[in-house]
Amino acid sequence: MNAELVVFVIFAVAALAGAFVLVMARNAVYSAMGLLMTMFSMAVFYILNEAPFIAAVQVLIYAGAVMTLFLFVIMFIGVDKTFDPKETIPFQRPIAIVLGVGLFVLLALAAQGVWVTGSSLFAGEALGTIENVSDELFGNWLLPFEATVLLLTIAAVGTVALARFEISEPRPVAEVVALDEDDASSAGADDASSAGADDASSAGADDASSAGADDASSAGADEGADDAPSRGEGS
Amino acid sequence: MEVTAGWYMLLAAGLFAIGAIGLLVRRNALVMFMSIELMLNSVNLTFVAAGRELGLLEGQLAVLFVMVVAAAEVTVGLAIIVAVFRYRSSADVDDLAELKG
Repeated sequence: MNAELVVFVIFAVAALAGAFVLVMARNAVYSAMGLLMTMFSMAVFYILNEAPFIAAVQVLIYAGAVMTLFLFVIMFIGVDKTFDPKETIPFQRPIAIVLGVGLFVLLALAAQGVWVTGSSLFAGEALGTIENVSDELFGNWLLPFEATVLLLTIAAVGTVALARFEISEPRPVAEVVALDEDDASSAGADDASSAGADDASSAGADDASSAGADDASSAGADEGADDAPSRGEGS
Repeated sequence: MEVTAGWYMLLAAGLFAIGAIGLLVRRNALVMFMSIELMLNSVNLTFVAAGRELGLLEGQLAVLFVMVVAAAEVTVGLAIIVAVFRYRSSADVDDLAELKG
């Protein structure tokens, strides 16, 4: 009964429990908390497997940054607890569980088939110290590392582009006409800047009786001296 | 009893299968996305365990690159989910059935 076995059993149970909570929980925040527990257990396994630097990166990036981003989006979207038991595909749930168990059996057979040699070959100091990892990463793997820089830049640009995505659904035509008529009838001459700037043809038709001009801005300049500059800018 | 790399492989297989089941069963886009993250994490565990077993550092470097790709995927994917939510006011993937014939 060595120490690694005890730590492995404890955190394997924690990781599996977190994964079950992720899949089972009705509330998305609970799912995120389950995933967080699994990720911390992963960091412990990395330390057990002589990868202290990867463990630190796991806690900083996954458990820190990525989970914060997930929780931010969950809070932003709002937790939707309504559950519709109606399945779009019939028997989707049992089929998915059967397929998942089959996948587990196949993976477990493959894992047991390969790793028959048993104990660890490596003994002594930890394999993945910061010195070793950085020597390898900035030596033999420098070009892939630079490629990840390009990938992250593209991802940042893509995220900004998606965040600026406008919902450009064209408004129905009747709604636009109703808004313009509403402006013209209620506001009249003093608040005509919005209507005149929006739609030159309707404003021109409105002022056509007094000014007789086809251009909306010149018609506005004739009406009042005080709001003439604003209408000139607006058009 | 010695903890061998096979134990880690078994655990990673279990986590991967649970993540796959979650991806197939759940309909909330965020939970499906988190299931994908769980599957990526289990694969990282196999990389690290295999690297220790073979005494190679390349397994840990592979984990680093997987983490970078996963971070890029998370940012873009969450931005897509937010954009879809702004358009449809729903994070349920079954609501996105406009291409259904």
